[in-house]
Amino acid sequence: MESEPLNKSAEIEAVHPVIEPGHTFASVTDKISAIVLTQKTPRFWYVGFGISFLLLMVLLYSIAAVLTIGVGLFGINIPVAWGFDIVNFVWWIGIGHAGTLISAILLLLRQKWRQSINRFAEAMTLFAVACAGLFPLLHLGRPWYAYWLFPYPSTMGIQPQFRSPLVWDVFAVSTYFTISLLFWYVGLIPDLATLRDQARQRFARFAYGILAMGWRGSAIHWHRYEMAYLLLAGLAAPLVVSVHTVVSFDFAVALVPGWHSTIFPPYFVAGAIYSGFAMVLTLAIPLRKMYGLEDFITLRHLKNMAEVMLATGLIVAYGYLMETFMAWYSGNIYEQYLMWNRMFGPYWYMYWALLLFNILVPQVLWFRAVRTNVVALFVIAICVNVGMWLERYVIVVVSLARDFMPSAWGRYSATAWDYGVFIGSIGLFFAALFLFVRFLPMISIFEMRELVHDTEEPK
Amino acid sequence: MKPETRNSKLANARLDLASIRERLASSRGQEYWRCLEELSDSEEFHKLLTQEFPQQAAGLLDGVSRRDFLRLMGASLALAGLNACRPASVDEKIVPYVNQPEQIVPGRPLFFATAFPLSGVGTGVLVESHEGRPTKIEGNPNHPASLGATDAFAQASILTLYDPDRSQVVRNAGRISTWSAFLTAVNDDLEAERVVGGGGLRILTETITSPTLGNQLRQLLAKFPSAKWHQYEPVSRDNARAGGRLAFGTDVNTIYRFENAEVILSLDADFLFSGPANVRYARDFAGKRSVRQGKVGMNRLYVIEATPSVTGAMADHRMALRPSEIPNFAAAVAAKIGLAVQSTIDAQRFQWIDALVRDLQKHREASVVVAGDGQPPGVHALAHAMNQALDNVGKTVVYTNPIEANPLDQMASLRELVKDMESGAVRILLMLGGNPVYTAPVDLGFAEQLAKVPLRVHSGLYEDETSAYCHWHIPETHYLESWSDIRAYDGTATILQPLIAPLYSGRSSHEILAALLGRSGETSYDIVRNYWKGQKIAGDFETGWRRAVHDGIIAGTTFQPKSVNLKAPSSNWFAGSPSVSETRNPKPETQNPQAEPGRSLEISFQPDPTLFDGRFANNGWLQELPKPLTKLTWDNAALVSPKTAQRLGLSYRIGARGGEHGRVFTDLVELRYEGRSLRAPAWIVPGHAEDCITVHLGYGRTRAGKVGNGTGFNAYGIRTASAPSYGTGVEIRKIGTQYTLACTQFHHSMEGRDLVRAAALEEYRKNPDFAQGEHHHESAGSLYPGFKYEGYAWGMAIDVNACIGCNACVVACQAENNIAVVGKTEVTRGRELHWLRIDRYYKGSPENPETFHQPVPCMHCENAPCELVCPVGATSHSDEGLNDMTYNRCVGTRYCSNNCPYKVRRFNFFQYADFATPSLKPLRNPDVTVRSRGVMEKCTYCVQRINGAKIEAERENRPVRDGEIVTACQAACPTEAIFFGDINNRDSVVAKAKGDSLNYGLLTELNTKPRTTYLAKLKNPNPEIKSD
Repeated sequence: MESEPLNKSAEIEAVHPVIEPGHTFASVTDKISAIVLTQKTPRFWYVGFGISFLLLMVLLYSIAAVLTIGVGLFGINIPVAWGFDIVNFVWWIGIGHAGTLISAILLLLRQKWRQSINRFAEAMTLFAVACAGLFPLLHLGRPWYAYWLFPYPSTMGIQPQFRSPLVWDVFAVSTYFTISLLFWYVGLIPDLATLRDQARQRFARFAYGILAMGWRGSAIHWHRYEMAYLLLAGLAAPLVVSVHTVVSFDFAVALVPGWHSTIFPPYFVAGAIYSGFAMVLTLAIPLRKMYGLEDFITLRHLKNMAEVMLATGLIVAYGYLMETFMAWYSGNIYEQYLMWNRMFGPYWYMYWALLLFNILVPQVLWFRAVRTNVVALFVIAICVNVGMWLERYVIVVVSLARDFMPSAWGRYSATAWDYGVFIGSIGLFFAALFLFVRFLPMISIFEMRELVHDTEEPK
Repeated sequence: MKPETRNSKLANARLDLASIRERLASSRGQEYWRCLEELSDSEEFHKLLTQEFPQQAAGLLDGVSRRDFLRLMGASLALAGLNACRPASVDEKIVPYVNQPEQIVPGRPLFFATAFPLSGVGTGVLVESHEGRPTKIEGNPNHPASLGATDAFAQASILTLYDPDRSQVVRNAGRISTWSAFLTAVNDDLEAERVVGGGGLRILTETITSPTLGNQLRQLLAKFPSAKWHQYEPVSRDNARAGGRLAFGTDVNTIYRFENAEVILSLDADFLFSGPANVRYARDFAGKRSVRQGKVGMNRLYVIEATPSVTGAMADHRMALRPSEIPNFAAAVAAKIGLAVQSTIDAQRFQWIDALVRDLQKHREASVVVAGDGQPPGVHALAHAMNQALDNVGKTVVYTNPIEANPLDQMASLRELVKDMESGAVRILLMLGGNPVYTAPVDLGFAEQLAKVPLRVHSGLYEDETSAYCHWHIPETHYLESWSDIRAYDGTATILQPLIAPLYSGRSSHEILAALLGRSGETSYDIVRNYWKGQKIAGDFETGWRRAVHDGIIAGTTFQPKSVNLKAPSSNWFAGSPSVSETRNPKPETQNPQAEPGRSLEISFQPDPTLFDGRFANNGWLQELPKPLTKLTWDNAALVSPKTAQRLGLSYRIGARGGEHGRVFTDLVELRYEGRSLRAPAWIVPGHAEDCITVHLGYGRTRAGKVGNGTGFNAYGIRTASAPSYGTGVEIRKIGTQYTLACTQFHHSMEGRDLVRAAALEEYRKNPDFAQGEHHHESAGSLYPGFKYEGYAWGMAIDVNACIGCNACVVACQAENNIAVVGKTEVTRGRELHWLRIDRYYKGSPENPETFHQPVPCMHCENAPCELVCPVGATSHSDEGLNDMTYNRCVGTRYCSNNCPYKVRRFNFFQYADFATPSLKPLRNPDVTVRSRGVMEKCTYCVQRINGAKIEAERENRPVRDGEIVTACQAACPTEAIFFGDINNRDSVVAKAKGDSLNYGLLTELNTKPRTTYLAKLKNPNPEIKSD
């Protein structure tokens, strides 16, 4: 009984190692650095970057309009004073969770399979957090005073109001961004040195040389590097939990029915990891195909990520179940009405679509055949991305639309500007990502070398 | 004259050097001269100088070349420069402000008494003036029609004063002209008329109660004996006047004394909301409904009406009947009271008519029957007869002489005018105010006939639809710009004093009439004063005058009750109102709606609750004011009952953006009535009479101004002279398209939440604590000691039982707090800015529901949820318990609004406040910040008034007295439903109100500890009537 599943998983590991056999240090280095240095930039890169860049322009145009004309361009109103802006903010922050989780927590847990996906997962995190950061800024009535949320030494002696979760957000998100950036950059340094050494063009050598900060690969360097990386991982690990916890406080602290709930922090963190892994899958599957990296990002990785998705998805499902149960069990008419309104109110389709995408569809991951089917995984990952966005929409918009006073009930519908900024932020994300895969090694070279070393040993 | 010849003439004029030297010698001070022509002071030069535009400018319109135009403009600009160089300081004294005018202390407002005229009748007001500019209207406590309160129209009238779209110049055929040019032009025609006794002169006015104006018109008629003075008011009181004549054979003015009435029967009378004494009546009525402070009894109100009204919403028993059924109902009641009236209807249809009659009879001398202005004269006569039969005359009903300067049947008067115009008898038509081209019954073809008049003159606040048809348009002064006088509903006269010099070159009706009388130099001040000099003012005139101007009433002018003799009720009381017989037809419910798509319905024309007859169409405050009950803004609609709508297949859809709080798409329908048709959006109103459509007048203006143009549909387009208030035979047809309406509260139901708590009087007597109910939440315990409010603790209590939902508070708040108008589009997005909203809820069947109003300002929660979520501390709590907004600290996260369970916070999604329009700048209350884009705002409890009173009290070294601080909403409230003050002071009115068993807080289970609380609503149903 006990040994059978073990055997099976061992079998899978044998079938799907974390790196396909036959690679040497040199082949790993060549394969990954060639994408940046020698390979001709593939056609799809130009197409993809072109589209992303256009969307980025949409973002810039929308931002310019919102800044000059006013936040009223968005569909927000009273009572729904938060709309796409906050939905997108939470969504992007959630996506940004996978990177740190993979880098830090899996590092501390010594999960070797993380090594081939951590680099671009971290990059993804960084870009997602950057996208997320746009929204709270843009949604302000007077964005030019956003710095008032920071405790800077004001000549008027005024400080932010620290009881507000929005101030906590500022700290949580900015800390998260800083640590993620550092972590990513520190992790890049040995690879930047590799690129510097491999590069033939003067400028590339110069640029990578500057960025490599004089890395020579000495034992002392490696020693300090490992220490720093571990320390940063230790710092980053709690952030994985804290950021989305704090983001969930934006809602949980408020007394709006549908927001005011103690289940929010764990449920948000699980949801964030859920959506983060979905996004990593969404990116990894096409990338490994396009750049022929199936050797490094193997089915094993995809399967593992699918399992994380399944687990966190179940936690999220539990969250939904408990919300519904508590609404009934509390006997609170406002909570009860809220649940009724989610299910059968004017936004009923959002709620049922969310259950479909987030709960129902991912259940097929119970089947191993699905977990190892690349196309199916890609489709499921997209579904989860959509589902998690819908979840935030249901939480933010549907709760606000009908709260305590029926006289003040209203509705929300996004405008072209809402969509402009949303789609534009996706453009920003992908434009940054395309630049990243073009100019930086998307898979950690030195960590892959370690894997080669590890996999070679038994032979 | 060609320009060249003119210029050469000027140049060739001989210079008289001797006289120049003489002039230079005799001049004082510095005198500069530009050219010898100027120095010679020649007549030609003067003429050129004083004309703003050289005469040739007019020639431009005749198609002069562009070159000529440029030359002329160059010349006039140069000369205008010369004009500006004139050393004005030499002989004209300008007054530096260092010599402080008496009583003016910068920063401290002064209040002046005057009266707000509407339909010719005045309501006394006090106008707040900051350094010489009026900013706010308050009621005049001394004035019988106000008693300190106002209605929404009076509150909003200050905006009209500063309206940039007001007409600013005299216009002749659309071209800018001058007053003197007008006088010159009209003079010849008047002279010609004078010869023939004024046979071709007609004057058309609105209702006039102004004694001075009446006197002037009589003088004019004396000067032109054959001239005629017509009056027309679209929302007329013809029926009431005619009813009085039917009943008594003489013109009477009916005054109700609701303070003595225990049982009130309203026959389609919205006496709490419209009519010349609505503010006073609302006060008297509400006073009889309070059970607090030892009062035990409540009056009982029965309302029979077609269109749900403010009065109907207050009714203890309400019945929805089509307007044409109401005369029958009245007759049935009269017959049962014992009058010799034949009632042709089956009284059993009206379930509770017997109980009603018994109730009326039980309360002899303390009941009152009120007939609505829309009802035919017969109903008014019947009401008079019933009041007589119930011994109410002298107790609850008082008759006086009419307050109008010349009471007449206005519709007949207008008909006569139109007939005369058609026959060509009218050679000069002078229209003082009014907008008859827009408001006249469509079948009279007023505009068409008007075109036949050789000389048409119109004065008005706006260049409106009528001005467009006139040769001359004279800008009229606003009532705050000119001297005048007016009578109130009971005859009390008030001197209207100007608060500001005319902003534009306006002329008052007094000045226009004086000019016609050949005394063009006379000012309004002289005219009004001279008139009253001729009247008996107690004591010495100067003292009496000063007292009258100061008090806002002229002592001793109130009309004394007069005795009247009722004629026996007769069947011809209903002659000319065909509706009575028509109701005998079988009820149409049995017919198949499918078979008859364009079936016949009744139509009722009502003055709009916010635009009245259309005169306020360009007033943004009133346009954006949610109408009582329907909560529509910026549009009127064809109101129908839910059942009728269902039968007609009318539907609506709630818009995705804004939703219930803003955007509703409804079916456009075509109304066909007497051969004319009209397109209107349908709107379903619970409680509306079946098979009846109500349309509100006042919309669909084409020349109202930038704000009012193109809003709504013009109901005058199908209103005929024979049936100005209601008629039968309307066909309604769906067009198939939908129309977007801006409705600020579409959700009808309270969803079982105890937001408005109500009970019947009996229930209350049994359980005085019913308002606490099962929801009695003592404040949840806290680990931390609560904040101790030492000193003042400001609080508010709102008596839902007294609130009639009239909206006066909403506009008062808007005026006091510089609240911007956002426009229809933004309202449909749920973004209106009103700090105070009046929630409306229905309970019971949609055919005849109970209606509840609940004004919702900021609750100023002691545990304010908004405060702790603001990341920058822009909203914070004062140690007096105010929830303060710091606008310039706000970054606009809107988190506070999300976390406000009452949703009273308002956000500047765009730059709503108009910083650009110069004329709106002096309108603003200088004590209140004008908010910019991206900032949250909300009710402050009028913190500027609180601080004003505190400063005053500190100066005098005393605590603020109870009642010293009156919030804007509280001041305006006709029914005194709002109490405000220091709740730490146990003797304060508000503390006592909060100590009442009826007092309850909204959503207190959230532990917000709201400082604004409510007093529960009571109803006083007749125990004999089981259920409605």
